[in-house]
Formats: sequence, structure tokens, C-alpha cells
Amino acid sequence: MMYDFFVDLFGNTVIAGIASGILMSLLPLFLFILPYALFAVLAERKVSAHMQDRLGPMRIGWHGWNQTIADIIKLIQKEDIVASDTDKPLFNFAPVLVFAGSYAAFAAIPFSSYYIGSEVDLGIFYIIAVTGLVVAGILMAGWASNNKYSLLGSMRSVAQIVSYEIPTMLVVLSLVMVSETMSLHTLSEMQTGYFWNWYIFGGPGFSLTKFLLIPSMLIGFIIIYISTLAEVNRVPFDIPEAESELVAGYHTEYSGMKFAMFFLAEYANMYAVSAIVAALFFGGYQSPVGYLGNLLGVEWLIPIEQFLWFAAKGLFFVFVQMWLRWTLPRLRVDQLMAVSWKYLIPIAFVNLIVIGFITLI
Amino acid sequence: MLTEFGKAFIFILIAMIFVIGLVFLSKLIRPHRPTKEKLLTYECGENPEGSPWIKFNIRFYVVALIFLIFDVEVVLLIPWALGYKAFGITGFLVGLVFLVLLGLGMAYEWRKGDLEWEKPKVQPPMINKQPVAEVEEELLEV
Repeated sequence: MMYDFFVDLFGNTVIAGIASGILMSLLPLFLFILPYALFAVLAERKVSAHMQDRLGPMRIGWHGWNQTIADIIKLIQKEDIVASDTDKPLFNFAPVLVFAGSYAAFAAIPFSSYYIGSEVDLGIFYIIAVTGLVVAGILMAGWASNNKYSLLGSMRSVAQIVSYEIPTMLVVLSLVMVSETMSLHTLSEMQTGYFWNWYIFGGPGFSLTKFLLIPSMLIGFIIIYISTLAEVNRVPFDIPEAESELVAGYHTEYSGMKFAMFFLAEYANMYAVSAIVAALFFGGYQSPVGYLGNLLGVEWLIPIEQFLWFAAKGLFFVFVQMWLRWTLPRLRVDQLMAVSWKYLIPIAFVNLIVIGFITLI
Repeated sequence: MLTEFGKAFIFILIAMIFVIGLVFLSKLIRPHRPTKEKLLTYECGENPEGSPWIKFNIRFYVVALIFLIFDVEVVLLIPWALGYKAFGITGFLVGLVFLVLLGLGMAYEWRKGDLEWEKPKVQPPMINKQPVAEVEEELLEV
């Protein structure tokens, strides 16, 4: 659509492709991630406040609505202190890499059936691969800071992300076995119709396989939720940023806009993993109950509805992440490793084999 | 026409330009008054003591190695997962052999204790007790 418009405009397919690609990649950033981050930062503070019987930010705007905007204006004006002992090129490049890694994941996430940044066949595999940039960025930040807390935080963070990537991938693999596709777009299309077609309820169609798959899918969902929680360094897996022992983990030395970029990347990552969980198990952008657009016969309403459903599902999981933060205590390092290597991976492993047997029936 | 990976690459580029642009924008606005104290590495208000680039726990290295094995395994399993149904039970058994081998490797690592993280030994609080009779004797001697 956009591509055709640019072909008409420039008369050259290469320039048109690049122009539409740039425009398409700007859409999720400005239409979704920035407004979402504004909302989520405030929501985080409000949710935590209300869970602790406080009010949270109240001064700026009605119930503190403009708090985040004020924070951003403050952060832009903040002095950017780069300590003299840091490894400057790496120190400055680290936030770029962390944000690029978390934003690149949005390229393969379908926001509605009409919008997906890049229709790569590898889909979910691409997302897992490209979020490896975040790991590299965090390690870079910790190492370049020349600070003991940063180094310890980044080492812990990398060890944690790396160990929890394996259960995530095993669950994704079992879903690939069931659906025989890796593209999140196709995966969401397969779960069309009503909510009993979602993969958490065994996938589309009515057969014996579907009902046998339900327990395995539930286990898979729990595993992937726990491990993605650990991958974004959220409580109860926030050992890398444990403020009571490590000051702020890998971004201790960062200030001003660079710190804001780490913060933005963290929130973008929170949504990305929630969106992946929603797309894998909860039908992605598909509505659970059918579309108002179909009912009224208004075609253009459907993509908007799909986008809203997708945002709602993702935001729900983000809310659960915030909720867990005030419910569970932090794990110890040895417990953290034990959870991943001794519980999640063996369970995901057996689950994979069981799913393999079920799909052959 | 761009390929799909070209579009994904544009996503990465846009993210990089966004961050660099914002940092540059704030550079135009923000103050810049470095002092010696500001430029010191943060260490709870003290002067930094020694180099932070220390030797770290060997466990991290072992974790990275085990991760590498599993990572390569998943990369090998993904094409299998996409196509094993075409070969029926035989296709599944081929993958199963591979999975079982990996499971055995995992069990070996577990048995060797490579998955254990070092735990500090719990030292129960001890009180140096002297028998009451001895104390009384000491008192009598005095």
C-alpha cells in the first residue's frame, strides 16, 4: 500500500522500497512505543503506589498524569557525566546497542493483520536472535563503566538472560512443532475465530490432538512467562539491578539521556516479551469474541480493533509483571540458576518430547 | 524492492539514529560543567579503590559454555521441528535420539555439579560456653 504510493511518487522501486521501509519502521516507534512508555512508566509508579497503600505521583496534572513528560523534560536537561576512567567509545555505544536490540524485535511482531514491520519467515527465531544485541549491550555497558557495581550487575544480568533464553527457546520450539510455522503473523492468523482457537487452548480445529495439547500448552505458557520475566530483569529476577546491593546494576554510571535510553529499552523489552507471549499463546491480535467491524459491515474498523486487542493483551501481561514485582521477593543467585537449569529446562525438555508424541497421533 | 531482512535492518538503523539523535539533542540543551569529583567513578561516595576489572567467578564461564551447547542444539532443532511431520514417526525418532543425547549430557553436567552455584556455608552462631563448675572454681581461686 505504502510501497505502491512511493513507487508512484519516485518511479523507482529501490528508493520506494527504502522510503516505505523507513516509514514503516518509524510507525511502531512513534505511534506505539513512545506513548506506551510514557504510560507504562506512570502506570508502574501508580500500580506500585496503590499496592503499597500510597498515592504515587499526584502533583503534575490530574493524578500525576503528566509526571512522565515532566521527567523526560528533566532528563533532557540533565548533565551527561562520563567519568574519566570509563572506556568512552564502548560506554557511549552501549545504550545505542541495547535500544537497537529491543527495538529490532518489534520488526517481526504483528500489530494487526495489516501491519507487520518485516514479514521475515523466521519470525520468532529472528526475534530471539536479535535480542542477543541487548546482552552484548549490557555487557558492554558494565565493562566500559569501570565500576565494580556495573561489572557485577552486567555479569549477573548476562548469565541470567543467557540461562533463561534456553527454556524460552524450548517452548518456542514446541510451539513451532505444533504450528509448523515460525512467523508470528501466520501464527496469529492460525488462531483466528474465537478464543478456543488460541494455542493456550490447544490450537485451532476440534480433534483429539487439541484436547491432549491443553496441559502441555499450559505448562509451556507458565515456563515461557517465567523465563521472559527473567530475560527482562524484572522482579523476582532483578538480581542484576538489585538496588539494595548493586546500586543500579549495569547503568550505575549512566546519567541524563543515556540513562533514559536504557530505561526506554527496558520498557520496550517488557512490552516485546509480553507481545510475544500474547502472539504465541493468546491469539496475537485476534479478538477472542469476533469483530465489531464484521458485525456492522465496516471493513476499516477491523485492523483498528485488532490493534486495540493486541495492545490490550500486551498491556495486560505488562501489568502482571508490575503486579508480580510487589508480590514476590527477590531470588538469590544460586536459586535463580537452579530455577532455570534444574526446573524450567528439564520440564520444557520433557514437555517438548510429549508435544512431539501428541502431534504424531 | 527491499527484502524482508532489509526492512528489519532499517528497524535497527532507525533505533540507532533515534538514540544518537536524542543524545545529540540533549547535548545542545544540557549544561556541561565537569569537576574532578564528578568525573570519579561512583563508589558510594568514597574514592574508588583498585581496578574494577577483576577476575570474576569461573561459574559464569561454565554457564556460558552450557548455554552455547543448548543454543547450537536449538538452532539445529528448528529445521527439524518445521519438517519432521512429513516423515512421520521416523522423522520424530531422529530428533528424539538427538534430544536424548542432549538430555544425557545435561544429566552428566548436573551430576558433575556444574549447575550448582557456590553457596556460602551457613555458620550457626556459637557461644563459647564454659561449664558452670569451672567458672565457680575460678571465682573461688580468686
